[in-house]
Amino acid sequence: MMDFLTSRAFKGTVFVLLVIGLIVLPFFLRPFGLLLVAMWMVHAVAALGLNLTLGYAGQISMAQGAFVGIGAYCTGLMTLAGVPYPIAFLCSGVLCFAIGWVLGYPALRVQHHYLAFVTLAFSTLVFLVMRNEEWLTNGIYGLTDIPRPVLLGWNTGKAQDFYFFTLLMTSILAFCVWWIISSPWGRAFVALRENPVRALSLGVDTRRYTLMAFAMGSSIGGFAGALYAPLVQFFEPNSFSLTLSLKLLLMVIVGGAGTFFGPFIGAATEVLLPEWLRIAQGYYLIIYAMLVMVLMMFCPTGIIGLGERVIAHLRQKKISSERSAQAQAMGADTADKKEGAGQ
Amino acid sequence: MAAFIQLFISGLATGAIYALVAVGFMLLWQTSQTINFAQGEFVMIPAFFVLWAIKILGVGFWPAVGIAAIASLLILGVLFKRVIVDPMLKHGVLPLVISTIALSIFLKEAVKDFYSSQAQPFPAMMPSEDLNLFGAVISSQSIFILLIASAAVLGLNKLLNGTRLGRAMQATAQNPSVARILGIPVERMIMYTFLINAVLVLLASLMISPIYLAKFTNGDTLGLAAFIAAIVGGFNQVRGAIVGGLILGVIENLAAAYISAQYRGAIPLILLIVVILWRPQGLMGRAEERTV
Repeated sequence: MMDFLTSRAFKGTVFVLLVIGLIVLPFFLRPFGLLLVAMWMVHAVAALGLNLTLGYAGQISMAQGAFVGIGAYCTGLMTLAGVPYPIAFLCSGVLCFAIGWVLGYPALRVQHHYLAFVTLAFSTLVFLVMRNEEWLTNGIYGLTDIPRPVLLGWNTGKAQDFYFFTLLMTSILAFCVWWIISSPWGRAFVALRENPVRALSLGVDTRRYTLMAFAMGSSIGGFAGALYAPLVQFFEPNSFSLTLSLKLLLMVIVGGAGTFFGPFIGAATEVLLPEWLRIAQGYYLIIYAMLVMVLMMFCPTGIIGLGERVIAHLRQKKISSERSAQAQAMGADTADKKEGAGQ
Repeated sequence: MAAFIQLFISGLATGAIYALVAVGFMLLWQTSQTINFAQGEFVMIPAFFVLWAIKILGVGFWPAVGIAAIASLLILGVLFKRVIVDPMLKHGVLPLVISTIALSIFLKEAVKDFYSSQAQPFPAMMPSEDLNLFGAVISSQSIFILLIASAAVLGLNKLLNGTRLGRAMQATAQNPSVARILGIPVERMIMYTFLINAVLVLLASLMISPIYLAKFTNGDTLGLAAFIAAIVGGFNQVRGAIVGGLILGVIENLAAAYISAQYRGAIPLILLIVVILWRPQGLMGRAEERTV
């Protein structure tokens, strides 16, 4: 049973059940609930990207929110100008890939807290550009009436249709991330995180992989933004301030950095939990902040790490109880033999 | 020219406040590898201690400042170290960073929910008059801030370099294991740096709140300013943080007037990126060694 809980088959089952649940869900939810779950998926995608940069490659980035913003503005402006959505979607990813690549260069020179501050500064700069360059971004008034796409005759204008569209895109993006992680790329990222100097001496091109980690993580953030724009249909620069970057960082760490499902769980604590805990009302953030502090104190590997620890503990218990049962059986066995010898 | 002097002096005054915050930020980093993302909120909070004491306890301004000082030392000094930092140290830098981000959310929300979300007027420590100096109009408040900040920095310098206690603290920052071998009570020295930080943020809070008004979001810009000042100046030198703070205050003011008011906040960020890429150890700092 315990082995099953950590096995690949179990993870696969959870994934399939999750997807089935998400497909059935819309038939039970009101439009607001749908919007919320779709919002969760978009945040989870952005956190998946950051998890690639931070959790796997170990490069701290406080700019993921800025990439979501760049992606959202790119898609928003292009679709408003009449460009078909798929092209705008791809452009968002490519643009963020390029900017993320450039942002990776500081990471070649500095590490840890310095890198955190460079990315933090970048994030704030992007916010200032969004707010001040009115000719491009419409300044503080933001973008309004962003159209939802019509794909191959499928109009995603209604809440339920767009929900399914988000689910589809999230699944595709999540699959891509999963594929990157389990490819040699993913292992090179982990090598970079664990010991960059050693990775270099073992022939990993750390320079290229550092830049790649930033570029890939950022482009997934851009894709999240491209989904965000038609989902909310209205946004302004404040949606992508430093707060969003910090929130995404919290999501990744709280869920469990360096694990595939971590970002999904982390995003749920930020997006879904506040709505379910409506009783707590305005105090939710206070409670949340306290819980994060306690979690970090006792289990810095996040909620996934906490779960793994519980499973390991249960397994240990099972093994020790099995051993004692075995020892008893053996004891009884030798006693039998003695009796036999006595006869 | 008169306008320039005016901007320069008021920039220096703001910069002096940044410098105090940056020095505290850097002391924490040096002695306990704490990157305090709640440092901005630490500056915002003492003003609310004062306001709370005036409102609830009905005391005058100066007794309220006394109460705020005690509360700062206990909460931002002792409690912060014991409850947040100590249990986290063994986990490394990143979990502690996350924890201080959570703490900053906690402090902000606590003030918003339990006091007010509106900007509160805050009494100044001395009345503001305009002085005329070589044709430039300078607020007496700026001069007052510069004096207090200089006194604080000189006092801190005297403590760190002129006393046995200060040298023991420096030894702790440079190499805790050797300091321990030499019989220095390392734990107590670290606690002193947290207390010093609490005093510095209290001073900064008392000086900046009359200008910006006391508001729960004040910490956002102040915290960022402290990071930038500490990094531009040099992460491992007290004088670095001071120089960084002053440069930052002046540049911000001059950039707002002569370059672009909208991008007032952008110039320090660009300065930060340039400094990190060109001289990661900061303008006055020593290079940190890289370990395998």
